[in-house]
Amino acid sequence: MTDTRKTVLSMQDVTLAFGPKVIQKNISLEVKKGSIFAVMGGSGCGKSTLLKSMIGLLRPTAGEYQVDGENYWSGTEAERTELNHRFGVLFQSGALWSSMTLGENVALPLQMFTDLKPDVIRRLVELKLGFVGLLPAIDMSPSEISGGMRKRAGLARAIALDPDILFFDEPSAGLDPITSARLDDLILNLRDGLGATVVIVSHELSSLFHIADDGIFLDAKSKIPIAHGSPRDLRDHCDEPQVHAFMHRERNEEGRN
Amino acid sequence: MTQLQKPPAPLDPSQSPQWSLTSEGNNPLLTLRGVWLARTGNIPQFPKDGLRAAPAGSTITFDMSPITDWDTGLIAFLWDIKRSGHDRHITLDAQSLPAPVRQLLELLPDASDGPPPPPAKRLPVLERIGGHTISSLTEIGTVTSLGGMTLRGGLQALTGRSRMRLSDLLSDTANAGPQALLIVGIVNFLIGAILAFVGAVELQKFAAGIYVASLVGIAMVREMAAVMTAIIMAGRTGGAYAARISTMQGNEEIDALNVFGIPTSTYLILPAVLSLVITMPFLYLYGCLIGMLGGFVVAISMLDITAAGYFHQTITSFGIGQFIFAFVKSIVFGAFIGLTSCRIGLKAGRSAADVGIAATRAVVVGIVGVIAIDAIFAVIADVLGI
Repeated sequence: MTDTRKTVLSMQDVTLAFGPKVIQKNISLEVKKGSIFAVMGGSGCGKSTLLKSMIGLLRPTAGEYQVDGENYWSGTEAERTELNHRFGVLFQSGALWSSMTLGENVALPLQMFTDLKPDVIRRLVELKLGFVGLLPAIDMSPSEISGGMRKRAGLARAIALDPDILFFDEPSAGLDPITSARLDDLILNLRDGLGATVVIVSHELSSLFHIADDGIFLDAKSKIPIAHGSPRDLRDHCDEPQVHAFMHRERNEEGRN
Repeated sequence: MTQLQKPPAPLDPSQSPQWSLTSEGNNPLLTLRGVWLARTGNIPQFPKDGLRAAPAGSTITFDMSPITDWDTGLIAFLWDIKRSGHDRHITLDAQSLPAPVRQLLELLPDASDGPPPPPAKRLPVLERIGGHTISSLTEIGTVTSLGGMTLRGGLQALTGRSRMRLSDLLSDTANAGPQALLIVGIVNFLIGAILAFVGAVELQKFAAGIYVASLVGIAMVREMAAVMTAIIMAGRTGGAYAARISTMQGNEEIDALNVFGIPTSTYLILPAVLSLVITMPFLYLYGCLIGMLGGFVVAISMLDITAAGYFHQTITSFGIGQFIFAFVKSIVFGAFIGLTSCRIGLKAGRSAADVGIAATRAVVVGIVGVIAIDAIFAVIADVLGI
C-alpha cells in the first residue's frame, strides 16, 4: 500500500545516545500528515527517548531529523523554537505546572506567544478545556484533580496553540479502561477536528489497535527498530518473534530484557 | 489549518469573520464568511439573545461555503450558538457542518453555565488573629511531639533497636560536617579578622593593642563562632533538608514510608537532627580556632604584638565555663535547625513551588530562631554569671 499523503516528520539513520550509552540506532521513519503514528516496544527500549528527540529535547548523535522537509537540528535555536510551536506535547504524567490553575496552565502559551487580549484568551481557554470536558475544573489546581483529569488537562494545554503535530507519551498509562478508551476517542476526534498529525508512544495494545494507523517497533536487545507498520498489520502479518510476542501478549523468554 | 502563533498576516477587511442569520421558512439559516482564525483576535461573540427570532425547537442550518480559513476560533463562535440555543431546544443541523467542525463541536458541553465562581474568602481581622493563634499553637505542639518522637528514636538508637539506617546517618553527617568545613572556615576567619580590625583601630588609641586578642577570643568563644556557624548551617543544611523532604512528599515517598509503617521520625528526621547535633559542636570548636587565627593574622600585621604575647593573652581571656556553655548552645542550635527544617519539609505542599517555599521558610525560620535562642542563652548566661 503506498501512502500518498505528505510526510510531516522524517528521520534517517538516527542514533540516540546518552553519552557513550547508545539507546537506539539506525532509526528511519516517516510520519505522514494526518496519521496516528505509534512508537512501540517493550519497557526500556527507548520509546520515550525517541519521542524526546522528536520534540527537540535530545539531540541525536547521528542521522537527520526533518520537520516538513526542514532539517530540525541544523537551524538556530530560534528556528527550532518556531518549529516547536507547531508541536503539542502531552507528557506522561501531564506535567502541568503545579503552581497554576488548569485555566492558567492552558492560558500561559497563549499569553506568551500571541498578542490576544485577556478576554479572548479566556474564551479560547474555556474552549480548549471544554473539548476535554474539564470546563468546571478551570479554577482548580493540578493537585486537586485525579490522574485522568490531569492527562486531559495536559491535552488541553497541548492544543492551546492549535498545533498541527501532537505527541503523546503513554497517554493511557495509569488510567482505567473506560477513561483510557475515552481518551483514545478524544485523540481521534481532535486529530480529525484539528487536522493534526499524532505521534503516540504506548504499549497499551487495545488502544494502539484502535487508533494507530502506522508505527515503528523498537527492540531493546539489538537497539534497532525491527518492524515498521500499523499495529494491526504487525499483529496479523509480522513474523518477527519479538513483535509477535508483544502483539499477542505472549510470554517469550527471548523477548525479555 | 494555519498556526495560531505565526505573526498575524495583514488582513483584508473583507476577510474578517462575518455572520448573518436569515430565516428560511421555519428554520433559521446562518451564513458565515471570511477568515475565522483565533490568532487574529477578532472572532465575534454571538449575542446571548441572538436566537430570539428563531422559534423554539427549530434547527439551525449552516452555510459555511464562503469561509476561506478557520481554526478553533470558529468552534468558539459555534459553541456560543450551541449554548445560547440550548435552553429553547434549538439544535444545530449537524449535516450542514463540515465533519471536523461537527466532531469538535460534539465534544463541547451544551449547558450554558460556565465554571463555578471561586468562593469568596474574606475573614474579619479578629477571626484571622484567632486562626493564626490556633495554627501557631498547633504547630508548636506538632514540633514538640515530633521532637519527642525523634528523641525517643535517638534513645532507641543508643540501645541498638532503632529503625534508622547507619548509612543515612553517615551520609548526612558527612554532608553537615566535613563538606561544610570550607565555608564555615572562611566565614569564621573573616569574622575574626574583622573583629580584630575594628578592635585594633580603637584600642591602639589607648595603647591597649594587646587586648585585641581578648576581644577576638571572648567574642568568638562566647557568641560569634556558635552563631555564625549555626546561621551557615541553617542556610546550607537546613534548606537542603527541607527541600529534600518536601520533594519526597511530592513524590508520595513519605506516604510509602507510612504505609510500610516506617516512622518518618526515626527514618528521616533522626539522621538529619543527629548529624547536626554531632557536627555542630565540632564545627563550633573549629570556627573558634579559625576565628582566632583570623584575628591573629590581622593583629600581628597591624599592631606591634608578638605571636607569643597574642597567644598568651588569648588563652587567659576566657574560662572553660564559657567554652562549655557555647558548646551546649551549638548542640541546641543543631537540634533546632534539624527539627524545624524537617518539620517544614514534612508540612510542605506537593507542588514545585511548595518545595521552593519550604526551602526558603526553613532558612528564614532557622536563622531567626538561632538568633532568638541565642538571646535566651545570653539571659541565662547572665543569670548563671558565666
